[in-house]
Amino acid sequence: MSDLPDHDRGGAAALRVVLVDDHRLFRAGVRSEIGGRVDVVGEAGDVDEAIAVIHHTRPDVVLLDVHLPGGGGRAVLDSCTADLPEVRFLALSVSDAADDVIGVVRGGARGYVTKAISADDLVDAVRRVADGDAVFSPRLAGFVLDAFSTGTVAEDADEALDSLSPREREVMRLIARGYTYREVAKDLVLSVKTVETHVSAVLRKLQLSNRHELAKWAAARHLV
Amino acid sequence: MPRGPDGDHGVVSHPTSLPRRATRARRGRVLGGVCRGIAEHLGWPVESVRAAFLLSVLAGGFGLVLYAAYWAWLPIDDSDDSSAEPSTEGRDLAGVLGLGALAVGVVLLLSTRGVDVTGSWSVPLLLVAVGVAVLWRQSDDSRRAALLADVGASARVTTQTAVRRSIPRILLGLALVLLGVLGVLASQGDLAASLRGLAAALLALAGLALVLLPFVLGWWRDLAAERRARIRSEERAEIAAQVHDSVLQTLTLIQRSAHDPDEVTRLARSEERALRRWLYAPVGDPGATLVAALETEIADVESTYACVVELVHVGDVARDDRVDALVAAAREAVVNAAKHAGGTVSVYVECGETGIEVFVRDRGQGFDPEAVPEDRLGLRESVHARMARVGGSVRVRSEPGSGTEVSLALPAPLGVRSWT
Repeated sequence: MSDLPDHDRGGAAALRVVLVDDHRLFRAGVRSEIGGRVDVVGEAGDVDEAIAVIHHTRPDVVLLDVHLPGGGGRAVLDSCTADLPEVRFLALSVSDAADDVIGVVRGGARGYVTKAISADDLVDAVRRVADGDAVFSPRLAGFVLDAFSTGTVAEDADEALDSLSPREREVMRLIARGYTYREVAKDLVLSVKTVETHVSAVLRKLQLSNRHELAKWAAARHLV
Repeated sequence: MPRGPDGDHGVVSHPTSLPRRATRARRGRVLGGVCRGIAEHLGWPVESVRAAFLLSVLAGGFGLVLYAAYWAWLPIDDSDDSSAEPSTEGRDLAGVLGLGALAVGVVLLLSTRGVDVTGSWSVPLLLVAVGVAVLWRQSDDSRRAALLADVGASARVTTQTAVRRSIPRILLGLALVLLGVLGVLASQGDLAASLRGLAAALLALAGLALVLLPFVLGWWRDLAAERRARIRSEERAEIAAQVHDSVLQTLTLIQRSAHDPDEVTRLARSEERALRRWLYAPVGDPGATLVAALETEIADVESTYACVVELVHVGDVARDDRVDALVAAAREAVVNAAKHAGGTVSVYVECGETGIEVFVRDRGQGFDPEAVPEDRLGLRESVHARMARVGGSVRVRSEPGSGTEVSLALPAPLGVRSWT
């Protein structure tokens, strides 16, 4: 792993990160894996602690566990996103349940990765989120395709929010197949920047759309 | 659960192997299931048992008595799968008809033996008989409901509704019996005296009920509590068994192979998968769909080749021969990726209206597909040939240095608009 190129951008200050997870061992593991490349400024093990630490440290990125004692990652998002719009959240979970994942993304997280992610990929994802981009793991891409699966091609602006454009669908399918953004760009003959734009557009639709399936997921967990 | 070798001719072997007993059948019965039960026990055709009973009825009504005795004393067969029971409506009708025929038979039999069936007491007696029959059938059904409720999650609710539903029938049976008794008494003449007697008897019964009520309620509560405790301890035992067989074993193995990170990862991964399946898997046939089958295959490959396979799917379809071929081909592709590339393998399945697509991608060295020697038949034979046989197609994309992706496509069969 260590032979991969270092992503540090010539002397730029390391990103400030807060880890929120109720498993202390997991936090310690993440800290030791990525601590050399980002600045871990705080840790929290439950919702209240997390809200306090985030307000106090104002990090660039919060790595947020979906399942937390005291209301889940969603509760942290609800009480932080309004006050601290500059703090970005990346959901990190072992959960396979679509409704959990969709819930935190709709709550404002800018991406979702599984805990099995490698340290390099995690650092990469943190950077992306800090830059304002969206981070879609293959699994999240799969959920999105599932949720928008019956979508027809949009005809007006209202519907545009409720369905993916053919291009966005292609991008999502490649991500679900395990392609990195760079590989997606190469495959579709696009620039990486364009791929990022598409992914961010999908994230926006995911957060704003009132599609039936999404509403159903949200309603089932009282997340509307 | 220890499961001994099957007993004689494929009888379901219970955990505790009791000697086989005759039972009353619940399925395929006309009346109480006595004939079918005996036929199944002895291995005779059910028709001949029925004929034997009918013939013995002619022998002075002996068969009737025998049938009633069997009905009362043979236990209901509770081993068979009662979810497959045919609609109860038809069977109820058949039961009523059967009882009616039985009653007519009794009357005819008695009349041929010179008993005055038009006598004033015979009709009330018939009423009593019908009432008793209704009550007996009721106890059959409520026992079955209780048996069903035992396995259901909402045991209490089910039992309650079953009890509530059975009340009208119990009342009907009681009313019939009471009416019949009254009729018999009336036919003996002194109705007023017998009514007085009846009232006295009822009063005595009511008194007795009042005295016994607290005890009965106590027993009932104890029974319910014991049943709850039993269910809880069974659940606990199941969890303990599961944890012991899987988690504890795996933890031991992990401690023993702490020096080998690959092995530890493999063990942890397979345990995680097993636990996840146990916790979250939908109840029912585990291998009934494409994704479920693929998950099973992938778990197998992961534990054999110590790699990580990430499965993402959109939609799912029921299995059939073509889907099974697709699963087998996908497995081969995953095995190839695991063997030659290692690391993380991504599998993506999409089921749409036009068919199913499976993508298996690795991040290995890659190879030049044109340059694969003929003797490396793995991919060619097992993947291409399998897919070709079911009308599917295979595409392999690989470049040296950027991994390999195998795409399998299975078009939907003609005439099927949607598989999802």
